[in-house]
Amino acid sequence: MATNQTNTNTVSFPEHLVCDAPNDMVKRESTLGNLKYLVVGVMFGIVFVKAEIISWFRIQEMFRLHSFHMYGVIGSAVVVGMISVFLIKKFNIKTLSGETVQFHPKKFMRGQIYGGLLFGLGWGITGACPGPLFAQIGSGYIAVIVTLLSAIAGTWTYGLLKDKLPN
Amino acid sequence: MEFIELIKKPWPWYVAGPLIGLTVPTLLLIGNKSFGISSSLRHICAACFPANISFFKYDWKKEIWNLFFVAGVLIGGFLATQFLENPEDFVISEKTVAALRELGIQDFKGLMPADLFAVENILSLKGFIFFVVGGFMVGFGTRWAGGCTSGHAIMGLSNLQLPSLIATCCFMIGGFVMVQVLLPVIFKLF
Repeated sequence: MATNQTNTNTVSFPEHLVCDAPNDMVKRESTLGNLKYLVVGVMFGIVFVKAEIISWFRIQEMFRLHSFHMYGVIGSAVVVGMISVFLIKKFNIKTLSGETVQFHPKKFMRGQIYGGLLFGLGWGITGACPGPLFAQIGSGYIAVIVTLLSAIAGTWTYGLLKDKLPN
Repeated sequence: MEFIELIKKPWPWYVAGPLIGLTVPTLLLIGNKSFGISSSLRHICAACFPANISFFKYDWKKEIWNLFFVAGVLIGGFLATQFLENPEDFVISEKTVAALRELGIQDFKGLMPADLFAVENILSLKGFIFFVVGGFMVGFGTRWAGGCTSGHAIMGLSNLQLPSLIATCCFMIGGFVMVQVLLPVIFKLF
């Protein structure tokens, strides 16, 4: 076991997470403060259901090129996201607590290809990426709890095998 | 009243997409958070079963906002289904209906076909493939790729990251291969 590596990882945040959804807020937030992310999540979940993005059928349509709906959703989300990021950078808009917004350049890794393909295959079967999984469960599709638990197991297994895989 | 009637209808892409896109600046500006959902699965591992694996040894409590967020998504799903349910029939492309009928799907009433997502299927071969295998690929794949549709396709592309474009293309290729090539074979098993 590489004890050195373990130590570094416990102290500093592993570089790998830079790829995903890091918290760059310097100030610590209370549970009450964290509730605002719950509220944003609620809004997001409502949009997911009302635009039928959580539907297995919509994902089937997308990958059969039978409907523009999902392409329109993802495409317009990206355009709005791009404009927002551009404006935040250009005018150096600060966060509510006055911090500079942090962006993370992503490094190319082979995992983006292998993992991306594997996730795509799973997406085609389950009809859900991780966000919709939670919204499907909330919508009453109880069986999806099994999918979520299995996704957690998949994430755990990746963590276990990480150093043996081409990253 | 009219407003409620209106939002009960399915939301078109040009309403839903921009709202999802706005999640990016919302999270950045209220708390310096980069949008991403699959990381919640990693935090759950780190919080519940770190098992001395270095990948799960980090201060997950610092990232707890992400778990609040996905709990919100679950609650949002509940609220939308309970209170804003579309009173009319769910409409999907005729071509997709025809293609899926050929594969043996019979239930087209709701957002998810009962043929696959009924609780009784959990312990069957169908359940094993659609829930266990599918879910495992989603969890393993997103972590290997370092993000999912939200972290790469939306946040990463918004920030003009080439690796995210590569990842997004791979997500799509995987999905096409599954639906067009593998699903017809899988459905022959049942």
